[in-house]
Amino acid sequence: MLRIDGVTRRFGDVTALDAVSLEIEQGEFFALLGPSGCGKTTLLRIVAGFETPDAGSVTLDGDDLLAKPPNRRPISLMFQSYALFPHMTVAKNVAYGLERERLPRQEVKQRVEEVLETVGLTAHASRRPAQLSGGQRQRVALARSIVKRPRLLLLDEPLSALDKKVRADMQLELKRLQHEVGITFVVVTHDQEEAMSLADRIAVFDSGRVRQVDRPVELYERPRSPFVADFVGANNLFPGTVGGPADGDSGSAVLESDAFGPLPGTPPAELAAGARALLAVRPESVELVREEAAGSLRGSVLDVSFFGGVSHISVELPGRTKPVLVAVQGAGQVAAGAKVGVRWNARDAVIMAADE
Amino acid sequence: MSRSRGRRLGAFVFLSPGLTYLLVLMLVPLVLVLGTSFFQRGRFGGVVYEFTTENFGRLVDPLYLGVLGDSVRIAVLTTLLALLIGYPTAYLIARLPRKWKTVALVAIVLPFWTNFIIRIYAWIMLLNGPGLVNSGLKLLGLGPYELLYNDGAIVVGLLYSYLPLMVLPLYAAIERLDPQLREASANLGASAFTTFRKVTLPLTVPGVLTGSLFVFVPSFGNFVIPEMLGGSKSIMVGNLIRNQFLKARDWPFGSTLALALIAVLVVLLVAQAWAARRG
Repeated sequence: MLRIDGVTRRFGDVTALDAVSLEIEQGEFFALLGPSGCGKTTLLRIVAGFETPDAGSVTLDGDDLLAKPPNRRPISLMFQSYALFPHMTVAKNVAYGLERERLPRQEVKQRVEEVLETVGLTAHASRRPAQLSGGQRQRVALARSIVKRPRLLLLDEPLSALDKKVRADMQLELKRLQHEVGITFVVVTHDQEEAMSLADRIAVFDSGRVRQVDRPVELYERPRSPFVADFVGANNLFPGTVGGPADGDSGSAVLESDAFGPLPGTPPAELAAGARALLAVRPESVELVREEAAGSLRGSVLDVSFFGGVSHISVELPGRTKPVLVAVQGAGQVAAGAKVGVRWNARDAVIMAADE
Repeated sequence: MSRSRGRRLGAFVFLSPGLTYLLVLMLVPLVLVLGTSFFQRGRFGGVVYEFTTENFGRLVDPLYLGVLGDSVRIAVLTTLLALLIGYPTAYLIARLPRKWKTVALVAIVLPFWTNFIIRIYAWIMLLNGPGLVNSGLKLLGLGPYELLYNDGAIVVGLLYSYLPLMVLPLYAAIERLDPQLREASANLGASAFTTFRKVTLPLTVPGVLTGSLFVFVPSFGNFVIPEMLGGSKSIMVGNLIRNQFLKARDWPFGSTLALALIAVLVVLLVAQAWAARRG
């Protein structure tokens, strides 16, 4: 539906977007994820028409978007700051887009009422934005964006201005709404949990480039680059070179790590033996065992943090600057200073090519 | 000494120079003017301290009402023109790159570095019979026109003098506006003109009001510019007051006229404050 092809944008010496290509399907909830300054907001602004790329093309169902001015694109953008008109009531804000289409007054009124009902703000229709809470403003902004029934809704960090509790509620609401209205959503966020819980697919951005486009589960379980492995969720990373297959398991291989010898993992097919690589294993895939257990790395417990449902145990391994993070259910059964071993199954660890 | 009393004393110490200034140079003269307006004029000038309200009766004399009306007309015209020229200027400056913004703002206030009277004299040179404007028009085969010593020249002089007072508050109002509001408006389908009419202009009304007041107030009471650029028939309320004090030596009526001028301005200020609070 939305096709972004080779889009490049430079600001002076800084390349904000470097030949970015993406394809977003009709009805999809798509997330652009990356640290701040990675170029994701620039891409959003290019699609909305507030920036012009130096190269590349953007088409919506085959129509060239770049040829149209921002006010002629069938795209709504929900701003991070919400950009509500402070001198208009909630109802006037929502009606603004419909009035620009010169729709009959009766229809405008009816559609505004409907959408305010959907976002639960009927009672606040005659308030000004300044009289609303952050969550309510966010819903006004959302209502104003969807009331025009755009083909594509862009959301720039839609939940970042809300506190944690409201944010969780709004995440559910956004998802429900997207199902209900059937509009394609593209959300920009730096919050990987938000991206994972909302999106059907996620594009991970770094320094103006797309590193990986995948569904949340694949992105989490099979990161294809060290950046993605490190940025999405917590990960324990071990540098080394690709070794031969591990014994007894055909799909697995070992990583000859620089500090710990062979470590079990699963490499992608294209990695040749001897190549520089990185092994990544999630804290919840690491098992805490007795010090003398077979196939384990030995270390000592540095710290135990209890988070309610889970505990994070950091284990210091000699020869490694960052401690290994282990997540266990419930309260941890070890104390700081205890001698322990850590190990994991080959299928739970990912081996990927190291950055060149 | 309690802390709050100490703080109050501190506030008083810091405020006293300003308060003294206001008291001695604003309030006392105002009371004197108010008092004088109720007395009679002496035979050879000066004030005879006998109570009368006759001065206020003279205010409604068609001659003086006409002057007041002319003054309002000229000041309103000046304010409207200043708004018409000032708004696009301020808008343009607010959207310049930061470096050029500073340059433009300095350029706006730069004329203030030259003496006011000298600059008005310069306008005489520009507008008079063999002046620059007429010479230029002559090259085009036009004119010469009577550009000086009429109401038009007064408006030009006032406009020239007080335009910066319109541009600066407008600039502040436009600059403060979140640029994303304009983007949101465009995103919702509004043309540039609609965005201006529905978003930018309504949100900068406080700047429009402030700038208009800043131009109207000094234009309305001005007597130097009408004196220098206006004709023998153009007389504004400022000239009238001046003439009452210095030529007719009728201090009581001059005071009454001054009060009338102050009353008009106070009404405007209150209206502006009211409008600003509602917006």
